[in-house]
Amino acid sequence: MQQKDYASQIHRCFRCGYCKFPTDYSSFNCPSYRRFRFDSYSTGGRLWLIYAWLKGEIEWSEHFAEILYTCTTCKNCTEQCPMKFAPDIVDWIVGARSDMVEKGKIPPRVARFFEAVYGYGNPFKQLRSDRAAWANGTKKYASGDEYLLYIGCLGSYDENGQKMARSLVDILNTSGVSFGILGEEEECCGNEIYMLGETGLFQNLVEKNSQKFKELGVRKIVTLSPHAYNTMKNNYPAFGGSFELCHYTQLLNDLIKKNKIKPSRAKAKVTYQDPCFLGRYNNIYDEPRQILQSIPGIELVEMERNRRDAFCCGGGSGNFVTDLLAGSTDSPARVRAREAYETGAATLAVACPSCLTMLTDAVKAEDLDDKLAVKDISQILKELLSAK
Amino acid sequence: MSDVYAVLQKIVGKDYVSNQAEERYFYGRDPGLMPPHEPDYVVMPKTTEEVQEIIKLANREKVPVTPKGGGLALTGLVIPLKGGIVMDMKRMDRIFEVNEKARYVVVEAGVTHGALQSYLQKHHPHLRHSIPDSPPIATIVANAVIHGQGRLTQQRGFNSDMVSGLEVVLGTGEICRIGSCALSPYWFSKGPPLPDLSGLFLGWFGSTGVITKLGMKLYPCKKIRDVMLFLTDKAELVSEVIRKLAHTEMVEDIVVTAQPIPLRFRGNFYIVLFITGDLEEEIEFKKKMAWDALMVYFESRDGGFVSVTPDMKPSFLAMPSKDTTRFADVSKGGGFEYSGPITPIDKYPVYLKKLEELASKYKLFYSSAARVIDGGHSMMFSFSYTFNRANPDEMKRAKTALDEAAEFALEEGGVIWKPNINEQQMIMERMDPNTLKLMTSIKHLLDPNGIMNPGNWEAK
Repeated sequence: MQQKDYASQIHRCFRCGYCKFPTDYSSFNCPSYRRFRFDSYSTGGRLWLIYAWLKGEIEWSEHFAEILYTCTTCKNCTEQCPMKFAPDIVDWIVGARSDMVEKGKIPPRVARFFEAVYGYGNPFKQLRSDRAAWANGTKKYASGDEYLLYIGCLGSYDENGQKMARSLVDILNTSGVSFGILGEEEECCGNEIYMLGETGLFQNLVEKNSQKFKELGVRKIVTLSPHAYNTMKNNYPAFGGSFELCHYTQLLNDLIKKNKIKPSRAKAKVTYQDPCFLGRYNNIYDEPRQILQSIPGIELVEMERNRRDAFCCGGGSGNFVTDLLAGSTDSPARVRAREAYETGAATLAVACPSCLTMLTDAVKAEDLDDKLAVKDISQILKELLSAK
Repeated sequence: MSDVYAVLQKIVGKDYVSNQAEERYFYGRDPGLMPPHEPDYVVMPKTTEEVQEIIKLANREKVPVTPKGGGLALTGLVIPLKGGIVMDMKRMDRIFEVNEKARYVVVEAGVTHGALQSYLQKHHPHLRHSIPDSPPIATIVANAVIHGQGRLTQQRGFNSDMVSGLEVVLGTGEICRIGSCALSPYWFSKGPPLPDLSGLFLGWFGSTGVITKLGMKLYPCKKIRDVMLFLTDKAELVSEVIRKLAHTEMVEDIVVTAQPIPLRFRGNFYIVLFITGDLEEEIEFKKKMAWDALMVYFESRDGGFVSVTPDMKPSFLAMPSKDTTRFADVSKGGGFEYSGPITPIDKYPVYLKKLEELASKYKLFYSSAARVIDGGHSMMFSFSYTFNRANPDEMKRAKTALDEAAEFALEEGGVIWKPNINEQQMIMERMDPNTLKLMTSIKHLLDPNGIMNPGNWEAK
């Protein structure tokens, strides 16, 4: 992990500002810079301030911590930075956060996030025994099942996430896929914990999850959330947790191609939000689109910023709970909701419970909720299977 | 001073003012080598009227104001030398008008080159502007204020020559229009046939007023753009090569590069020619004209065209060039700065010799990109040196080398481009005394309280 080396490398940022843009320079694509507009909130600003902090040129302050934690780790900067160190930028930020965690110098909202996950296994301080309250009798994973369906904290506790989880379970049941869930035995995946820099707690979660998966003989995991997919695929192996991973959109796309799911006709104009942890982190851009395009009658229209240039919903790095970017018409989710609406689409399709909850709230805040429906791809598909 | 903060909040809203240590730190320096100095406040206005209110406040309270765009000049021009207010203009980001037939655009002060480039490609694909090789966050206005250059500079002059009108908040707070827009709805000329008052603001680095809107001429965006590379190992031939190429009037942009690494570059001078046209035949004709102009060097074996393979082209043709920015990290240090004197083109060999001499003397990695200006009337020759931000000694050596380069350029009859405050003093010391007196009078007239980016263009 490059984060350990960040202190010896971070001076290399020239603060050229490429990190603020999408590929065509049409707008600002760094969520926190777009929200606050001070250069200090851009990636270059953050890196220069971290370097200043390391050199003792600025003192720690709550404002500094807030600047550091308003980064959603969406990886737009990595895509746009012209320097050779571009792939390491997020690790540098995570590394600095780790140092701040070790020193106990983090924003109160982030501290509460950690406390909740440590104490309850989820950031919402919900009871562990309620983790499967959404599941409505969904079968638990048993030896011999092909897939473990990993739901995650948002899918387990958030109202929108729960709807998404139920839709996916219904589709998988319809298609005859052999799967099961962990229910109340499931732990937080730790993706946000990792990105927020709590490496000790993250390691603890990885070990718990990996041990559980191994005990149950799990080989294949399908995740509801791109965040879980990302960390299990890219971070877990370093701790010995190596499993065959897929995101649910990959599995559903495969089932459609094999004719195991046949959605009925719909008439709708749909646009799609690329989740950062699916797209920029794992290069999965096509499968969600292929699902939507496989539905007869659906017209898929792209937002101006899409695929590697997609604008983050603002929910990454735990911001779906800490909400450090909220409170403005320039909040990323609200900017994105307006952009989706401008496509003329009636539905904004997502593939991530964080995007679902962030954008659902944003559409309401923008007073667009009667014009633009925010739905997860599993919900869209489920409705069309029911209508069959 | 806390009253100033409260009034600034009232003017622009509390979200767009900061007096926090983090913003003061960041806005107190630029990526170059000039010493930092922190502002007391950073403010981000959204409208001309807000700028006006801020300037009025600054006059009342005698607080310095430093306007800032992308902050990429590298010579400390947006470092608030006497504290006060840094005014980040990037929230003023509206593109008001593109006049298709008269070919100009009117933008607000915070519109970036990247945003305008993208806007034109999408809405007016047959028009373009002169894109500099600075990163896309550079603003149109700040680039004009420093007399920046761009991809059309060989044909059209400095980017500031392409300005077609200004709206300015004067140092005293009045809003003033410059050029045809002063009396007409059209922004087609910054001066003629009127007295050209744009010179009261362009090149002054915000020390006479704050430009809030700017008209910029647009030019045909040809369908095809191609690149040619002419190579010679004789520095003394470079100016004649440029003269011959400029004479053809077939070449859009000419840049001469010199650098010691990779080794194949050492001792060689690459003259990069950009050719544009709407038809393949036009491109081929222009290439032939360039080829014929330089045939003499091929025959004498003093130089020749180098094949540009398809995999090389995207990097050459990219606008802006990311390679320019990448120079900052060639030695993994995150820094470079250049002194870029404007000079007659026949000075190329002596400047090059000095570039190499200073690099050797101060143990620095160097590069130079010389851009031809206005058909060869002059060129910008960059003495570019990298430095490692984590190595104070190397930073000091780079700064000393740049100081010597600036001194050298003046001795050779050049004029320093976007000079830092020390270089401004060097310029003013050498300037005709009556010219300096005129500049001082203008500055005093437009900024009687001395609040506008103080320290810049101030005669001692």
